[in-house]
Amino acid sequence: MADTLLVWLVIGAAALVTYGLRISGLLLAGRLPKSGRFKTFMDALPGTILLSLIIPAAVAAGPIGWLATLATGLCSCKTGNVFLSMVVGVAIVALGRWWGI
Amino acid sequence: MGNRHLQQHLDLRAGFTASLVVAASVGAYGSVLGLLAAQKGLTWYQLLVMNLSVFAGSAQFVIVDMWLPPLPIVEITLAVLVINMRYLLIGASLSPLFQGTSLRHRFLFMHLVADENWAITMARFHKQRVSTWFLLGGGLCVQLAWCSGTMLGHRLGAVITNPERYGLDFSFVAVFTALVFSFWRGRRDLLPWLIAAMFALASEALLPGKWYIVCGGVAGALAAAVRETEPGRGHGNG
Repeated sequence: MADTLLVWLVIGAAALVTYGLRISGLLLAGRLPKSGRFKTFMDALPGTILLSLIIPAAVAAGPIGWLATLATGLCSCKTGNVFLSMVVGVAIVALGRWWGI
Repeated sequence: MGNRHLQQHLDLRAGFTASLVVAASVGAYGSVLGLLAAQKGLTWYQLLVMNLSVFAGSAQFVIVDMWLPPLPIVEITLAVLVINMRYLLIGASLSPLFQGTSLRHRFLFMHLVADENWAITMARFHKQRVSTWFLLGGGLCVQLAWCSGTMLGHRLGAVITNPERYGLDFSFVAVFTALVFSFWRGRRDLLPWLIAAMFALASEALLPGKWYIVCGGVAGALAAAVRETEPGRGHGNG
């Protein structure tokens, strides 16, 4: 019984921490200044976060991953189609691994 | 009033549809987590409650990985804190989208924010006005895929036992790469993006968990703020 309680405590703590981070980010940003350097910082943030999400994973994927990232990027720029670009990237990686590159 | 509700409904649907592609790979990964969780002795309803309440993929993989009795609650909670630190920044970056919404609205809508629907919503937000309902629609789609995938994996075993073989691990990189160009605001982003990439790579090599997202994101955005010297610049409509 104590074990089950611990299970729910672990899940509850993880949920609380995660939700706490989500909501505090939004609430804190609302209280900070919306002009000057801080605004520049906040405006640049979405792009730099997304880039930071991608780069290490793309680099770690090896040569075939670099090729796939390049192809995905080019396809997205040319067509603006996220679905197609993703399929292109995934297909290149899958084929590369299939052939053992 | 009828019009407003119709618009909310349309936004919700549009957000849901826009996330369908990435939801497919979220589901495939969910089935792997479900399989691992079953092996570790988590019941399906414990896993379901975790999905609904935590709703963060990489953190849940780490939780299940650390799931050995007696459960190390402090270590697990700290690991979740470190891995999900990026949500502090992600939450902050959503501030313009939530402008003019009530506190209750914010508390309700922020729960279903994942990397995927955040990126898709922000990419759209750069081109046109979207509402928080679009974000929620994406969140519902990702949550539905996550729950279906994990439950399937828990009951029947993973749909695809080795997603890497089919390049599915790369699908997250691919979808974010396809989206990142929507965030490009021209030459002034060159330096911040270079700095972000460098810091992300360096901190990924040096620091544990997902610190690299926070380090790269903050360093790049700081570079943009520090460089700003001309008044009137950078006050464009973000």
